[in-house]
Amino acid sequence: MAAGTLEKRRSRAARRWRSLRQSHRPVVYIGMGSCGLAAGAAETREAIETWLSETGHDVRIVEVGCIGPCYLEPLVDVQLPGRPRVTFPNLTADRAVKTVAAALAGETPKRAPVWWLPGGGPGVEDAGEAAATERPDLPDDVPAIAQHPMLAPQVRIVLRNCGVIDPDEVDHYLARDGYRGLERCLDLPWQEVIETVKEAGLRGRGGAGFPTWRKWQFCRDTESDQRYLICNADEGDPGAFMNRSLIEGDPHALLEGMLIAGYAIGASRGYIYIRAEYPLAIRRLHAAMDAMRELGLLGDRILGSDFSFDIVLKEGAGAFVCGEETALIASLEGKRGMPRTRPPFPAVAGLFGKPTIINNVETLSTLPAILRNGPAWYSRFGTETSRGTKTFSLVGKVRRTGVIEVPLGTTLRRVVEDIGGGARKDFKAVQTGGPSGGCLGEELLDTPIDYENLAAAGSIMGSGGLIVLDSDTCIVDTARFFLTFTQDESCGKCAPCRIGTGHLVDILDSVCKGEAEPEDLDRLEQLGLIMKRSSLCGLGQTAPNPVLSSLKYFREEFEDHLLRHRCRAAVCRDLVEFHIDPGNCVGCLRCVAVCPTGAISGPRAEPQSLDPDKCIKCRSCVDACRYDAISGDPVAVEAADAD
Amino acid sequence: MSHGETGTECACRRTPDPGPDAETLWAYVFRETEGERPDLIPILQRAQTVFGYLSHDTIRRIGRRLRMSTSEVYGVATFYAQFRFQPPARHRLQVCLGTACHVRGGVQLLETLERQLDIGAGGTTDDGEFQLDRVACLGCCALAPVSTLDGKIYGDMNVLKLQKLLDGCRDA
Repeated sequence: MAAGTLEKRRSRAARRWRSLRQSHRPVVYIGMGSCGLAAGAAETREAIETWLSETGHDVRIVEVGCIGPCYLEPLVDVQLPGRPRVTFPNLTADRAVKTVAAALAGETPKRAPVWWLPGGGPGVEDAGEAAATERPDLPDDVPAIAQHPMLAPQVRIVLRNCGVIDPDEVDHYLARDGYRGLERCLDLPWQEVIETVKEAGLRGRGGAGFPTWRKWQFCRDTESDQRYLICNADEGDPGAFMNRSLIEGDPHALLEGMLIAGYAIGASRGYIYIRAEYPLAIRRLHAAMDAMRELGLLGDRILGSDFSFDIVLKEGAGAFVCGEETALIASLEGKRGMPRTRPPFPAVAGLFGKPTIINNVETLSTLPAILRNGPAWYSRFGTETSRGTKTFSLVGKVRRTGVIEVPLGTTLRRVVEDIGGGARKDFKAVQTGGPSGGCLGEELLDTPIDYENLAAAGSIMGSGGLIVLDSDTCIVDTARFFLTFTQDESCGKCAPCRIGTGHLVDILDSVCKGEAEPEDLDRLEQLGLIMKRSSLCGLGQTAPNPVLSSLKYFREEFEDHLLRHRCRAAVCRDLVEFHIDPGNCVGCLRCVAVCPTGAISGPRAEPQSLDPDKCIKCRSCVDACRYDAISGDPVAVEAADAD
Repeated sequence: MSHGETGTECACRRTPDPGPDAETLWAYVFRETEGERPDLIPILQRAQTVFGYLSHDTIRRIGRRLRMSTSEVYGVATFYAQFRFQPPARHRLQVCLGTACHVRGGVQLLETLERQLDIGAGGTTDDGEFQLDRVACLGCCALAPVSTLDGKIYGDMNVLKLQKLLDGCRDA
């Protein structure tokens, strides 16, 4: 009964999608996610549009989300009639017109690497016939983007539409089997929906990995006239942006997932708690919800069933602690976002005292694929205990940065080395789990990424930030960075977290300055353990993790700071001195122009000299130098004094 | 919400149009609310969008509407990083200090701006031209380090690019 309602619209959607893919006019697709925009995609679009209108080309422009390799942004695809999309990387405004003009004339540029994009999208396991039947009419030296080293190892279930469809077009989503999961769901009793998610083995993607079905069941087991669903899109973890990319590229996947979850737990109202720092994602969600209303996918009696559900968008006001369930609920109730003791758990008594389920964006966005393809299909991916795939934002000192999706159980090495192309300099560590996680070094790179293995290694899966650190990153400084963050974001309610984070920062500060005593390392460990045991919420309980894991695997680097007063990465300001290598310096004076204290001097076209007494170690000159002539040297402070 | 898209000037920075009178603006601030506590944060957000910041009078009026004391409203508003209690400057600079930006030199960018503008993070220049903020993460980590000027995000920043941006602002 429910299935018939969308059918008419679906065939129209399929026609529109086909006519775009097999358009008689050339089509230019521009990646306009936040990362694309930050790289200049808006200017690129303007340049292309101006040129098109000046030259009278009849070309259609389509906005898409981000396909993942953000380091290649702005990404522009050109699709000629009868040919697949060809992807051009790094098309900033100054290069765009020339490249697009050549592409429209049917030339493939010799210099720049290009790829063609299969209709189903790269790495999409349930793309259907679109992927199989395509035969590109292109020169042999244009590889499929699915073979790009960053995309080849990926399995894209959650991200299947990102960068492929126009996120503002519900027809594109429908044409790629959108809302089929919901239709299937509405045909089942709620018990079977929960059973399906149980069989699929889906666990919470917010980081803790609690089985989704069990949380739902708790909520169902509580008698109530009203239940609520909340989507936690308050992606506050610094260094993680998978949820932003996902919502910007495919908002309907999340919304369809919310309908499925709402049906399963018996909620009639859902909230999306989203960061105000994500204006584009918010805009996309509003547009998508308008489209849903028009199709009868939101409101009373959805698709003619007995299920009624509405969604309200709430913008978070900027507080990391609101990622914690009870703090998030307090914030939705109009209070300070402070956590409370549990139990009662929100699944029993949450928003306005009613049973409430809080699920992460990725958890919810996975549901359509599970319902559409069945639990057996989904549980093929991943490991015995951690089923399915997980998205990560791969950033930091790694060659290829962006958003990726891999089956759980993939090793860190495969992600860092194969997908990320390795560290920029010598690999030092990979940081997972953000301010709640830890740093794992070279010897742990073969750890499979799943909930249990990462926890055993002293880190956590977290929401999906993977930050690569290389030999130019100081482990102590990184630990201090995380603790400064949690100190800022601690809500102040419980003493262990409020006071403990402050003390940890103080001690780490003195380590970075080379002023700490050897006993301070034991103090860090002791204090960290106390905070873990006695803090009220997850923020305080996990805040010491970056310090504890770094101490476990990189104790030597801490000892270097406090015993030898030496920062091997030349990051800690009090333990570093800059100098100019006369062999490399050509005397271009760029460094002189940026030095705020006039510490660099010398005649033009000759090696410059740097006055260490004037230098404030701001690194402006290091950034400005094009000849690698300025570098920081670790200096052993006391040793120098002794001489 | 009338948040502009990333890349255009963000609505919360726009000074209110002299057109509509204060009561029309207040009607917008209180629209679709039931005058209950859960409406507080959306009301504060809209008030900041309309008036640019939350003045003492704004806070008091919101408190009266929701039958909350002024101090209770302040209690909530000051908890969240989004709310400002001083009039906004003409230009707003944000330097991202998320993890990826930190390891790729975000701190140097912030310090450069602090030196150039002679203000600390969170401060406003005496002439009311620039306001400098640090932000925990803008979610563009792949292009770190990242900064924003008047809501537009700039990736792969360095000291030189920052200087150019600042000069462009001053010339305009």
